[in-house]
Amino acid sequence: MKIVVCIKQVPDTTEIRLDPATGTMIRDGVPSIMNPDDKGGLEMALRLKDEHGAEVTVVTMGPMQADAVLREALAMGADRAVLLTDRKFAGADTLATSNTLAGALRLLGYDLIITGRQAIDGDTAQVGPQVAEHLDLPQVTYVEQARLSDDNTLTVRASTEEGYRMLEVGLPCVLTVLVTAGKARYMSVRGIVEAFRREVEIWDSARIGAEESKLGLGGSPTRVAKSFTRGAKAAGQLYEVEPTEAVEIIVAKLREKFII
Amino acid sequence: MDFSLTREQELFLQMIREFTEKEVKPIAAEIDEQERFPSETVRKMGPLGIMGIPFPAEYGGAGSDNVLYSMCVEELSRACATTGVAVSAHTSLCAAPIWEHGTEEQKRKYLPRLVSGEWLGAFALTEPNAGTDAAGQQTTAVDMGDHWLLNGTKIFITNAGAAELFIIIAMTDKSQGMRGISAFIVERGYEGFEVGKEERKLGIRGSSTCELIITDCRVPKENLIGKVGKGFGIAMKTLDGGRIGIAAQALGIAQGAMDETVRYVKERKQFGRPIAAFQNTQFQLADLQTRIAAARLMVRSAAWKKDRGLPYSVDAAMCKLFASELAMEMTVNAVQFHGGYGYSREYPIERMMRDAKITEIYEGTSEVQRMVVAAELLK
Repeated sequence: MKIVVCIKQVPDTTEIRLDPATGTMIRDGVPSIMNPDDKGGLEMALRLKDEHGAEVTVVTMGPMQADAVLREALAMGADRAVLLTDRKFAGADTLATSNTLAGALRLLGYDLIITGRQAIDGDTAQVGPQVAEHLDLPQVTYVEQARLSDDNTLTVRASTEEGYRMLEVGLPCVLTVLVTAGKARYMSVRGIVEAFRREVEIWDSARIGAEESKLGLGGSPTRVAKSFTRGAKAAGQLYEVEPTEAVEIIVAKLREKFII
Repeated sequence: MDFSLTREQELFLQMIREFTEKEVKPIAAEIDEQERFPSETVRKMGPLGIMGIPFPAEYGGAGSDNVLYSMCVEELSRACATTGVAVSAHTSLCAAPIWEHGTEEQKRKYLPRLVSGEWLGAFALTEPNAGTDAAGQQTTAVDMGDHWLLNGTKIFITNAGAAELFIIIAMTDKSQGMRGISAFIVERGYEGFEVGKEERKLGIRGSSTCELIITDCRVPKENLIGKVGKGFGIAMKTLDGGRIGIAAQALGIAQGAMDETVRYVKERKQFGRPIAAFQNTQFQLADLQTRIAAARLMVRSAAWKKDRGLPYSVDAAMCKLFASELAMEMTVNAVQFHGGYGYSREYPIERMMRDAKITEIYEGTSEVQRMVVAAELLK
């Protein structure tokens, strides 16, 4: 089985601070990470590989620095990595991005395409579904679990606002996956060492053979009318513990802040 | 000369920090309190390659080097010195001598099990009457023709309670003094080999430190490491490597205490302002941070030399001496900065102070490190 996972390098929004004077994001020194939903998708692909055997390819569109998330994916266990990079890709909205990805996916070949639900820097949740439309594939969005029920069918659990749906979908198809799909595995030390001895393939627009008018800024009908900043909120901490332990944690935190 | 981290090292730091944050830090206080060896952490570290970082992939290792290994011990120790030393003693004191001095057969037999974390390793040199004066070994190994017969007692053996494999240093010919000492690989399951009581300690209380009681223990001939009479040299070289690990552990403790202190002095208010606003705080922390940065360069430089096959004994001694005394001073000051909270077991600082002390003692006391440095300087 050939699984292709589309991933994106994003600024770690939990680390972003806002300039109190202007209300704008301070990007300096903000680390870049693999988008959390994409990491959930990669973990899903690697679990399918562990269970059934598969070739897992990761692909990303971005500047040369995006190589970092591909190395991370290799260190986690991906088999092949492709970086789509070209000045002509710059300024792409979701439509131009999905066009570019679809072009690469046609060349790569696939039985299953996995994307994250949405990226934490854009929050559109459009790229995965658009890729499915370009390639004329069935799609299931907001997926939390996927199980191969026979050679050609996946049974998936998709999250909804009310609960979840269990669906069967034939291969090939596109899944957009949530970070909650499973705790992503750690990179292994040997994986890290080998990730830098392996090749990340660099593909430009010529290689994809895409129509130039559909790429980058020129291929992007989206116009940003207005952008605004939500109030800043520090990253919270989530504990799943018994009430007595929860009380201890809360009291300890209040003490730590000298509130009590 | 290039002081920047490689991309491989950067990615490794990302991984080991995430691992430490999620798997090591949350249980650090608990294993100290319960004096319990963190077997569950070792089980998680094995498959990730953390138990065999500087050994080749051919023997199941991660295929990396001692610089990366020193970063690993530093990062683990930043949250939990017990976990740091478990990796250090296993890697530097058990797997390394087999890798550096063992036969091909010994490497094939033992390294895969060690570097995968399936077996934890330990090293036994210290005896009731042979500490810093390591040549005064009373454990004996007698050549019985088809096997070696070992007898004696070892004490303060790190990892012993959880280890499956031991490097045992023993006297094969007392008349030869230092040249009558040999090194052996001993499996826990050998008859006559017994792991004794757990030492109750001031710090690194989750680390398993035990005595070994060796009574007519038959050790196969092929388990001699190197040649007969070469054990003292093997032990000293092993400790040279180990000192990089302990220096990294001490550095991690110091950094961990600095992290906690920086967070605290910014939050804690006295006389209407955070204690970080007082120049006494600023100057003390600046001095300590300067020394932390120096210690890190020293540790990495010693590891770098070892990786390149350059002489590094003195570098290892210096970085261990410097980092361990820094760890002690940093943690004592960190407790002082924290005031009453620093003395309370609610905060990790008192544990870090208790953990720091051992780094000035084991794998060569600070006095031994000074002897090594002075001997080279004044030769």
